[in-house]
Amino acid sequence: MIEFAMQKAWLIPFLPFLSFVLIGLITKRSEKLSAFISIACILTSFVLAILVAVGIFGAGEEFIEKSFEYSARWFSMPGLEISMGVKLDPVSSMMLFVVTLVASLVQIYSLGYMHGDPGFSRFFAYLSLFAASMLGLVIATNLLQMFVFWELVGLCSYLLIGYYYFKVSAREAAKKAFMTTRIGDFGMLLGILFLQIVFGTLNFTELAEIVPKYADYGITLGTLNLIAILLFIGPVGKSGQFPLHVWLPDAMEGPTPVSALIHAATMVVAGVYLVGRTLFLYKTATTAAEVVAYVGGFTAFFAATIALTQIEMKRILAYSTVSQLGYMIMALGVGSLTASMFQLFTHAFFKALMFLGAGSVLHAMHGKVNVWDFGGLRKKMPYTAWTFVIGGLAIAGIWPFAGFYSKDEILLEAFNTGHTGLFWLAVITAAMTAFYMWRMIFLTFFGEEKAENHPHESPFSMLLPLFVLAFLSVVGGWVALPEHGWGYYIRLGEHEAGHAPAWMIATATTAAVGGIALAAAMYWKKIISYEAVGKAAGPLYTLSFNKYFIDEFYLWINHTIVDGLGRLLYWVDIYVVDGIVNGLGFFTKEAGAVLRHTQTGRLQNYALILFAAVVVLVLYMYFKSPAAAMIVLGGGN
Amino acid sequence: MIGLGHFLVLGALLFCIGLYGALTKRNAVAVLMSIELMLNAVNINLVAFSRYLTPDYIAGQVFAVFTIIVAAAEVAVGLAIVIAIYRDRLSVELDDFDWLKW
Amino acid sequence: MSDAVFTVAFYVFSAVTVLAALGVVLKKNLVHSALLLILAFVGVAGIYVLLQADFIAAVQILVYAGAVAILVAFGVMLTKRGDIRESNLANRQKWPALFVVAGVFAVIYALLGQTNWGPLAAAGPEDSVGILATLMLTDFVVPFETAAILLTVAMLGAIVIAKEVKNSK
Repeated sequence: MIEFAMQKAWLIPFLPFLSFVLIGLITKRSEKLSAFISIACILTSFVLAILVAVGIFGAGEEFIEKSFEYSARWFSMPGLEISMGVKLDPVSSMMLFVVTLVASLVQIYSLGYMHGDPGFSRFFAYLSLFAASMLGLVIATNLLQMFVFWELVGLCSYLLIGYYYFKVSAREAAKKAFMTTRIGDFGMLLGILFLQIVFGTLNFTELAEIVPKYADYGITLGTLNLIAILLFIGPVGKSGQFPLHVWLPDAMEGPTPVSALIHAATMVVAGVYLVGRTLFLYKTATTAAEVVAYVGGFTAFFAATIALTQIEMKRILAYSTVSQLGYMIMALGVGSLTASMFQLFTHAFFKALMFLGAGSVLHAMHGKVNVWDFGGLRKKMPYTAWTFVIGGLAIAGIWPFAGFYSKDEILLEAFNTGHTGLFWLAVITAAMTAFYMWRMIFLTFFGEEKAENHPHESPFSMLLPLFVLAFLSVVGGWVALPEHGWGYYIRLGEHEAGHAPAWMIATATTAAVGGIALAAAMYWKKIISYEAVGKAAGPLYTLSFNKYFIDEFYLWINHTIVDGLGRLLYWVDIYVVDGIVNGLGFFTKEAGAVLRHTQTGRLQNYALILFAAVVVLVLYMYFKSPAAAMIVLGGGN
Repeated sequence: MIGLGHFLVLGALLFCIGLYGALTKRNAVAVLMSIELMLNAVNINLVAFSRYLTPDYIAGQVFAVFTIIVAAAEVAVGLAIVIAIYRDRLSVELDDFDWLKW
Repeated sequence: MSDAVFTVAFYVFSAVTVLAALGVVLKKNLVHSALLLILAFVGVAGIYVLLQADFIAAVQILVYAGAVAILVAFGVMLTKRGDIRESNLANRQKWPALFVVAGVFAVIYALLGQTNWGPLAAAGPEDSVGILATLMLTDFVVPFETAAILLTVAMLGAIVIAKEVKNSK
């Protein structure tokens, strides 16, 4: 079985794709059948992914340094060999597990959440395609294959964010997501092209061997840094890093299960995964790695400050995702695949849990989104509330929940590599994370019940994924505990079984508990007046509430520079380009009007001109060069 | 002494007269006649060359025979066209035919 | 045939041919033109005889006489009754055409003058018809057959074109 799963690992992305095709072409009319096919396929993929994981992790040492890889030639030409294949190693099998798990749970959840939606089958088709794209990206053996699936993921996110296409805001958000990630993709494509030109291969395994010997390929370290930074622009767009994070909060315009899928398992972690896959590049290109680390650290902090003041549940969660992704990117920047992937792993559970929980709340509140309109919901929907609290504890990093282990790992790595600044930034961010998460939890589930709300607990199909994810959010971090734990399998370079010193654990926990306590004081027990704090913060509050006006800034750029340039070019087009074209046309037309009178239509007239031309040509040739004329005309001796 | 040149000049004269007729006559039948004159001029050239340049191998005369054949075919088809046009337009005046225009 | 007789005969036939040809293109009556055309052909036939092309001369008279008889018939039939005297007028490009034709002749004449053709090489064969027949069925057999097909096709084509068009309705 395990052998079969590993040899046929391409089935894992193929099955969801098959379900997409089947639903799209055949079973679209039958909602039940469509959902059944979709869920059956993704569950089969999930089982296969578990078998693959067992095979990879069970083999111990064997696949850590050297991945299990096979591929088929896609196309080749001189100097270019592109293959499509499957690359299985601890990182990819972990990702396969996470993606199939979250995708399965989201699909099960959608059974309840999307019940009665007119586009039910379409929704499942898109979810399947989305999962298929992400899984294909995960098993990619080379950058080009990864890029293909990368773009497919982008397409699916466009389709799903714009799922409610009749809503203007959804359409706009879908376009925004697509365009913003396109900007990143362009940089990434440049990076890929550079790699192909310089090293002549895009295969991860081969690149990992030859990139450290970049000098043999005639480039300087500066050029390698440039390539690495170009490549990093893709993840900046996809993983919502500053300054291309603007699309991610808007992506919540899609149905909530989609947000869970985008934010937890697919799409955004693709960027992190790409950097993780190409981490060997950043090990060599250290300047680029610094850029990555600081972009990640800044994004984590920056997004957290925005999340502090947001009032929509999903928007808070979205900024929280941006912030958490910043953590992962920062971990990669400081050179730790272990910490980054660990954070990705645990984050997938608790973020999916919280998004699905938020979906449950929004389902119950019939479209209300403002957290201030909620309150006391724990009484009417206890399962949602308590699973959500588990998610909140996990993301805040309270022992023994999953987030505690992964966050500590990142802090430790940042500190050990000498990034003290980033370390303290991450600690502050952790405190803020705890604060804004628990602010949301207190406002939503605690406090006074509001009379105008008539909440109800969600159906079992929606609760089951919450239970599974809540369980994983508790135990997910424990994989780091055993001797041959997380860091032994998922690593680049030597395994160091580092343990955070006590003071660091104390600091991180203090930050988290402090954040929760402050939130409780302000929004639950009302000991501190949040209005007074808001006033005291003054312009800072305004900045945070308005997301630092970045959207407005981009709009301003669009309106002034892009539109201005457009107007200028429009003028050029109308008066210069069209002027030339129309002038040519007018000239031709007028010339034709004059010259058509030479066409008498009389054959004899034409014959006369023909013979006149003969005479004229002969005379011309003769006067130009008598000898040549004689040769041509055949005279002489 | 009459040489090849004399025959060729005769041919040229005949050709030019025929050409003049073909260019200027209004009547389509007259144009056909003029073309016959031009073909005859060609034949004179062929036979004269044959006689003077290759006296024993009279290929030029063979060509002349072919020219006569083609001329006969041309007259037949040409007259048929003239009849077809006449049926349509009730005229053989070439000035009336300007369909090649625009 | 002595040189003197040959020279006189050449000029006589040439004069007949050229004058008759001029008549063909200058006469205003189509019937006159046609008759003068016959005369021109006869003159050309004389030239052929001088060139020892007896067979061609015979064909010239036989074929062209027949062809021209038909031409005359058509010319008369296709001309409106009553104005046969004005049946063969020149069009408006008479003078330009004259100018161009003079130019063409000048060019040809100039080229002829540039060339030294050399003297008459040898006496021609006695039996030109026999040689002609041999050539037609040996060296030129393919063109010969092709010409036969061409004639057939041309006749069929002439019939098809000249045939009255039936109303397709």
